Amino acid sequence: MLDIIDLHASVDGNQILHGINLSVHPGEVHAIMGPNGSGKSTLAKVLAGREGYIVSCGTVTYAGDDLLTMLPEDRARKGIFLGFQYPVEIPGVSNMYFLKTALNSIRKYNGLEEMDAMDFLVYAKEKMKLVEMDESLMNRAVNEGFSGGEKKRNEVFQMAVLEPKLAILDETDSGLDIDALQVVAKGVNALRRFDRAMILVTHYQRLLNYVVPDYVHVLVNGRIVKSGGKDLALELEKKGYTGIEDDLTRQQAVNS
Amino acid sequence: MSSVNNIQELANREYKYGFVTNIEADTAPPGLDEDVIRLISSKKNEPDFLLDWRLKAYRHWLTMREPTWANVHYPPINYQDICYYSAPKLKSKPKSLDEVDPELLATYEKLGIPLRERELLAGVAVDAVFDSVSVATTFKEKLAELGIIFCSFSDAVHSHPDLIRQYLGDVVPYTDNFFSALNAAVFSDGSFCYIPAGVRCPMELSTYFRINAASTGQFERTLIIAEPGSYVSYLEGCTAPMRDENQLHAAVVELIALDNAQIKYSTVQNWYPGNKEGKGGIYNFVTKRGKCKGANSKISWTQVETGSAITWKYPSCLLMGDNSVGEFYSVALTNNYQQADTGTKMIHMGKNTRSTIVSKGISAGHGQNTYRGMVKIMKKADGARNYSRCDSLLIGDKCGAHTFPYIEVKNSTAQMEHEASTSKIGEDQLFYCQQRGIQAEAAVSMIVNGFCKEVFRELPMEFAVEAQKLLGVSLEGSVG
Repeated sequence: MLDIIDLHASVDGNQILHGINLSVHPGEVHAIMGPNGSGKSTLAKVLAGREGYIVSCGTVTYAGDDLLTMLPEDRARKGIFLGFQYPVEIPGVSNMYFLKTALNSIRKYNGLEEMDAMDFLVYAKEKMKLVEMDESLMNRAVNEGFSGGEKKRNEVFQMAVLEPKLAILDETDSGLDIDALQVVAKGVNALRRFDRAMILVTHYQRLLNYVVPDYVHVLVNGRIVKSGGKDLALELEKKGYTGIEDDLTRQQAVNS
Repeated sequence: MSSVNNIQELANREYKYGFVTNIEADTAPPGLDEDVIRLISSKKNEPDFLLDWRLKAYRHWLTMREPTWANVHYPPINYQDICYYSAPKLKSKPKSLDEVDPELLATYEKLGIPLRERELLAGVAVDAVFDSVSVATTFKEKLAELGIIFCSFSDAVHSHPDLIRQYLGDVVPYTDNFFSALNAAVFSDGSFCYIPAGVRCPMELSTYFRINAASTGQFERTLIIAEPGSYVSYLEGCTAPMRDENQLHAAVVELIALDNAQIKYSTVQNWYPGNKEGKGGIYNFVTKRGKCKGANSKISWTQVETGSAITWKYPSCLLMGDNSVGEFYSVALTNNYQQADTGTKMIHMGKNTRSTIVSKGISAGHGQNTYRGMVKIMKKADGARNYSRCDSLLIGDKCGAHTFPYIEVKNSTAQMEHEASTSKIGEDQLFYCQQRGIQAEAAVSMIVNGFCKEVFRELPMEFAVEAQKLLGVSLEGSVG
């Protein structure tokens, strides 16, 4: 479903990604871990089509199409969802209205009938339960005055409403206390499906205690230096990123 | 395609709703002197007191200079080049909608304006709009039963000369400023509205239904009087681009609210803003002022300004009666080379007077948007309170927003609050919307509408819906 081949990308003239290779299939959950500045968020933004991120080399194919030439809104309409590390506030626009507009643009693009306000309300309330979100948040402006936890919950709630094919969650666990983390994780788990892939971008292992990934990739300096199963996350937790790097250097020394 | 490019593109698209040109009108030769004023007055068959007033205003105007303090720039206006009298009947009026610019019609369609009103707005010849004239007449009869007078200014001069004599220039004297003096000398027509004591006007009075809406011309004059305990909501203008061939507009609006009376005055202004290079477009130099003359009276101004090349406009309130309330809610949008210098004056004279100012300025393209507001608390205004909030939103990086709040307090019991903010439609906000599947254009419109929500909330329901649509259409690339 997603094939990233030799992806190089820069922002503000700084080369951040130095050749990423990654294949994601429907139903899989991939965790991308790495220290600060390793390029995790850059990768998420490049995939979602954020402006200012220049791809100098490599290809990304999504469901058979060249992803990199698509407009960000078209990527969303074809099923890519990015859960933001820092969800954006839009004053004066109610969460409900925003999400209904989003859902209907996606539905329209895919040849489905638009949902009217009443049907949407029923549908949204159902999804709210997933993330234990307070209904009052629906009538407030998008993310305005939301606490850090509420913002992240809102991201997962939006994912539930928009039902993406590929969800990329960028540090959705950061800034959450343990209770909020469990709620968010529960929501994410409920959305795991055989036909939906997820990429969890995270700095810490703790989210992975609750959302168990199929694959873990370690990103250092813009390259995936190690891939493995869920145990890799535990190894990371023990050794730290430097430990993994040291291992790699030692291996390289042996090989050469 | 980057979102910055998207914004640029949205901001730079051409004005789609071009005007019908080459209008031949039955006009007096250009120029202004006392004879022209006498001609205007005699053509309208006006009583002597009005002619005298016009002449006094003209003589005073000659001693005045055009103001230059506003943050707007335009080539000098030659007042001798303007025709000050134009017969109401234009020769080349389109005979039916078939002859009207299809682009203009497309806008009406988008805004959902009923067919009848489209004809009126596009200036279709009188017999074609006969229907809407009769609609207006029906309304007039209904209002007359309640004692409400709602007619053209010229009609009122003949039917209610005493009221005109008593109140004309009461709020905006001809000596007030350069443009109000000019208006007083040469005003063409306008609306007159009188609500008797204790009457709540049962419908929004709207310029849509004014019989001579198409010919009120560039020097419009409106007078609204609300007797004790009465209420009226008045809607000026409409959301569709008006067909207009006059470049200079200098209107005057006077509102008078007596004890316990309330006037709500809402405007949506969408005149031709000029082309992408800033050529052409209407200069809108308006004086609007309300007097809360009685105790517990209230005047509320709400405006949505999206048109005109230059806007110079400060709807104000004189809060004379004790406990009187003044409000000003404004959305001003400038795109391309549009300039707007707009705001309000709240003059607190009575005790416990309160005022609220909420101004939202949006700048796109090379647009320059200035908020200029004055809050003045006079000596005797014990316990006066003011709340002001000015927010500016910038779209793109070539536009400007400016805020000039003036505060003058002569009474130590006054409470003043002022908040101001400037923000940019961030790439972050735009990307967030796009990532949820919302197209850039729709996203900008959504963000702008959210920004204006506090003001739209003050508009009468259907007007608010139209104003939102208008911003949508505007941001689609026309008016900006």
